[in-house]
Amino acid sequence: MSAKIKKYPGERIRTKDLVAGKVPVIKWRPQAKYAWTAGPAMSRFLRELQNGRIIARKCHECERIMVPPRMFCEMCFRPTDEWVYVKDTGTINTYSVSYLAADASRLKKPILVAVIDLDGASKGMGILHHLGEVKPEAVKFGMKVKAVWKPPKERTGAITDIAYFKPAEAK
Amino acid sequence: MYEMFAKKRVAVIGAGMTLFRRNLKETGKELAYEATKMALDSSGLTLDDIDCVTLGTAPDAFDGIHMKGENLLDGAGGWRKPYSRVFVGGGTGVFTAESGWWHVASGLFDTCLVVAEEKMSSCFPHPQYAFTTIFDPMMDRPLGINLVWIFALEMHRYMHVHGIKKEKIALVSVKNKGNALDHPCAQLPEKITVEDVLNSEVMVWPVQRLDISPTSDGAAALVLASEEVAKKITDDPVWIDGVGWCIDSTYWTNRDLYYPKYVECAADMAYKMAGIRNPRKELDVVEAYDPFDYKELHHIEGLRLCRKGEAPKITEEGVTQRDGDLPVNPSGGLLGVGNPIAAAGLMKVCEIFWQLRGEAGKRQVPGDPRTGLAQAWGDLMQYGSVIVMRS
Repeated sequence: MSAKIKKYPGERIRTKDLVAGKVPVIKWRPQAKYAWTAGPAMSRFLRELQNGRIIARKCHECERIMVPPRMFCEMCFRPTDEWVYVKDTGTINTYSVSYLAADASRLKKPILVAVIDLDGASKGMGILHHLGEVKPEAVKFGMKVKAVWKPPKERTGAITDIAYFKPAEAK
Repeated sequence: MYEMFAKKRVAVIGAGMTLFRRNLKETGKELAYEATKMALDSSGLTLDDIDCVTLGTAPDAFDGIHMKGENLLDGAGGWRKPYSRVFVGGGTGVFTAESGWWHVASGLFDTCLVVAEEKMSSCFPHPQYAFTTIFDPMMDRPLGINLVWIFALEMHRYMHVHGIKKEKIALVSVKNKGNALDHPCAQLPEKITVEDVLNSEVMVWPVQRLDISPTSDGAAALVLASEEVAKKITDDPVWIDGVGWCIDSTYWTNRDLYYPKYVECAADMAYKMAGIRNPRKELDVVEAYDPFDYKELHHIEGLRLCRKGEAPKITEEGVTQRDGDLPVNPSGGLLGVGNPIAAAGLMKVCEIFWQLRGEAGKRQVPGDPRTGLAQAWGDLMQYGSVIVMRS
């Protein structure tokens, strides 16, 4: 703000006045629903999750084995060449401890989330997932982890077919 | 170098902004009007003198109004003019000024209004739910992802790679909220300590309540003019001498989050245009994007103002204080002034304008600053926009 300006536009409303209905507001809620096609790469990936396996795509130009898989390489900008299974084990690249749910409401029991670099994929090819069977203070960068799969009957062809990742050395 | 990139030199000749607050009574359109009118009045031009308008605003989902650009245009002075909206997530505010720059630098127009507006309070109980719609529906959304998660993951990676302690990062929040005490439009000006930050509520570790900027309503605006027009109407033009922008891959879990390479690329583009070889020595004042305290550190490294991992050190040494060798976020930044996303980014460009004009009042950095930089960041931790200005 310039020191030449002496009047600052805008009128603050207190949240309690909003909640108490003291300010005229019009309310509306969207009723839109979506069903996304997964595309050739992710359709195969999701089917393989249902089988309890993680599949990647390899580009023969840059030699990268990519998860999530893609039918084209965004770097070489050409079609990828090959399906490659990668392991359901990996290394914690980074992690955090969330007390917030998706709508920013407060969680009593925090969720552990991590980017996990998968074994068998190229370096740094991570996916986001939850950690389980581990206390927040026991999680470490570089820790080896292993997928815990839902029972086959409960799998739906979704990233949540993996319930969470747990420390590889845990029982 | 500039002549290689542009047909005309472009000046900022006016700026304006509204209060930044959690809830403002005015509609988005009215907020856009207030900021635009202030910018026009301060430039000495009227809407009749304006050739074109560019507007920035973030996801439509905040307002629940699709075609938000059209919704705002009357307030932004866009009536019967060449008008367009740009949107690059959190990078929008600075990018809107860049878009205004090319409207004029191309030689197509002599004057351009640049307007940014955000009203996050319309989406309740919290705009976070609208943010959820930015994520990949197959890989990320089923996991219950929250926007703060990804920043916590990035912050933690940055801390891990360089061995940075939280108390060093908290210094940024202390500095910026303190600087905001001198900003009359600020939402969260506060004198706090490192302990306050470390004792604040944990949201997504390592992000705590005082590490993060608020949700806000607000608007900001600039008036740009070609050299010929600017020289006729003002003795104090502030020149836009460099612009740069760059985006990284959307596969955010496939990138090493410890360093914002895309910010470096955007900065290098702007430095090259502005003829800047040693940004640390040549820049007098910087507004780096700080929706979180660690982001200021991340960004001053990406802007090559210090070596990777050294930003906490120069912060602790006081280099980035308002009276330091390289003031960063003398406005109070997003942490202190507030974060109406697109408007917050443009507020940074406004601040550099006021600093280089010597109009920043109590926020004025000492030593007659001549060269400044504003930077914003956004999308899925992948977008950088950088603007270099000189008086």
